[in-house]
Amino acid sequence: MTLTSDEQSVLDGADGPAAAVCMRVVVEMAGFLGAPRLIEISSAHIDGCLYHGDGGVEFAQRLVEDGARVAVPTTLNVGALDLLNPSRVNADPHSYQMARRQMAAYETMGCAPTWTCAPYQAGHRPGLGEHVAWGESNAVAFANSVLGARTNRYGDFMDICCAVVARAPYVGLHTDVERLATVVVDTSTVPERLKGADVFFPVLGSWLGRTLGARIAVIDGLPPSTGEDQLKALGAAAATTGAVGLFHVAGITPEARTVEAALGDRQPEDVIRLTPEAVRAARDELSTVAGESIDAVALGSPHFSLEEFTQLEELLPDRRFEVPFYVCTGRGVLEQLDAQGRTGPLIDAGVEIIVDTCVVVTPILPSTGGTLMTNSGKFALYSPSNIGYDVVYGSLEDCVASALTGRVERDESVWG
Amino acid sequence: MTEIRGRVLFDGEAEGPFLRLRAPISFWGGVDPESGTIADPRHPDHGAEITGRILAVPETVGSSSSSAIMLELLRNGSAPAALILGRVDAILVLGVVVGRELSYKTVPVVEVASEATAAFRNGELV
Repeated sequence: MTLTSDEQSVLDGADGPAAAVCMRVVVEMAGFLGAPRLIEISSAHIDGCLYHGDGGVEFAQRLVEDGARVAVPTTLNVGALDLLNPSRVNADPHSYQMARRQMAAYETMGCAPTWTCAPYQAGHRPGLGEHVAWGESNAVAFANSVLGARTNRYGDFMDICCAVVARAPYVGLHTDVERLATVVVDTSTVPERLKGADVFFPVLGSWLGRTLGARIAVIDGLPPSTGEDQLKALGAAAATTGAVGLFHVAGITPEARTVEAALGDRQPEDVIRLTPEAVRAARDELSTVAGESIDAVALGSPHFSLEEFTQLEELLPDRRFEVPFYVCTGRGVLEQLDAQGRTGPLIDAGVEIIVDTCVVVTPILPSTGGTLMTNSGKFALYSPSNIGYDVVYGSLEDCVASALTGRVERDESVWG
Repeated sequence: MTEIRGRVLFDGEAEGPFLRLRAPISFWGGVDPESGTIADPRHPDHGAEITGRILAVPETVGSSSSSAIMLELLRNGSAPAALILGRVDAILVLGVVVGRELSYKTVPVVEVASEATAAFRNGELV
């Protein structure tokens, strides 16, 4: 692998010990990945600020002590605390202290305290072809697929190392050829009404990730109305069940004007037809119980957008929910809700707005366990292992209806 | 003695019972870094202990925090004895790289095509 003289001098310590550590990690990973050189990046998004144990805190504090500063605009993913409402999180005192230190360390390094897994809906939107280094699996999928920016799936700690040295390994999704689709997904037999429904997209994503692994697909046959929040939900689920860092949607996403364009005019290695039966099976896999009663509803993985709050508001009834109803979002979205006078009515209806974190990464739900209902594929997939809750998957409308009765209410008609 | 060939990412010697995961895994959400067991009830190897195992991981999927879980496994002394990765990405082995930077005890990591590890049976001492 070839380094420029500047990169070599950073590696040799010219910019201080922290930059040298970060460059050493980036160069070593570049070697493992088979990169011929590094590439300059224009921004970073950091997933490494979430507390998983004391090792992550030790690494962040070591970088701070050695004088690390990010060299490109950098946003922060969720931490393990709701900093605006600290009592929301039921962490033990040690975890609380360590999580706080970890979040503070990343702020000290110059990262913007956005605390959201949807930085792309908090103003951080790199353009088509721009090289970036992003962590957090859904953010990676969105940056690559929907924005057309270029990042590999960077694990926690690689993200900050890239941000400090403003470099990433030039390999994989940074290169033209590795971004081309090799698989066509044909959705022509899925009913149009279902393909227009929000509830379809996490299911499609979950199926896509399990079916593809790390291969890149172009999905054909989705309606022109397919919107940003639907693509967000698709990518988040695909990046949970698979190693999906990029997907294309013909006629919708920027590198897929047509199916042929997404394939780079090559023949696909595989054409997979998504059948209605496979859709129903993937939907059923998102639930762990059939469930008659529910104990809580959680929405907002990835973090709820302002538009999603609008959808929720249109469904809000004039009576309170029977079960706790959590919506996770970024503080930037909450500020806009506040400014528009929209927060009060949500709280009055029984909505608990969680910011800076979310319900599957830190203890927020009652530790008694039970059944959680969600419209998020990612919550559905991670809740059983992370917080010990069974899951029922449904649409936003299903979640609101079920929260009003405490029983599972699902509109089956949309599934055909 | 069976010999398999692959690419060495972290060299070293290790011995332990072999365990090949039957499905791709996200270490975050899939592995408990304290007990060193497979924690995802949807995973076919749910409940299996990975601590001290020669662990063959065909593919890592899901969370970019899996590197952080690998780091915590090293820190807690609950890591596998060695990792055999079917495909290298910028996530799992990164946890070992950062562990070395923090002077934690690291483990050998090799990249070996998944078919090649079929020579070993689960539980076999390798």
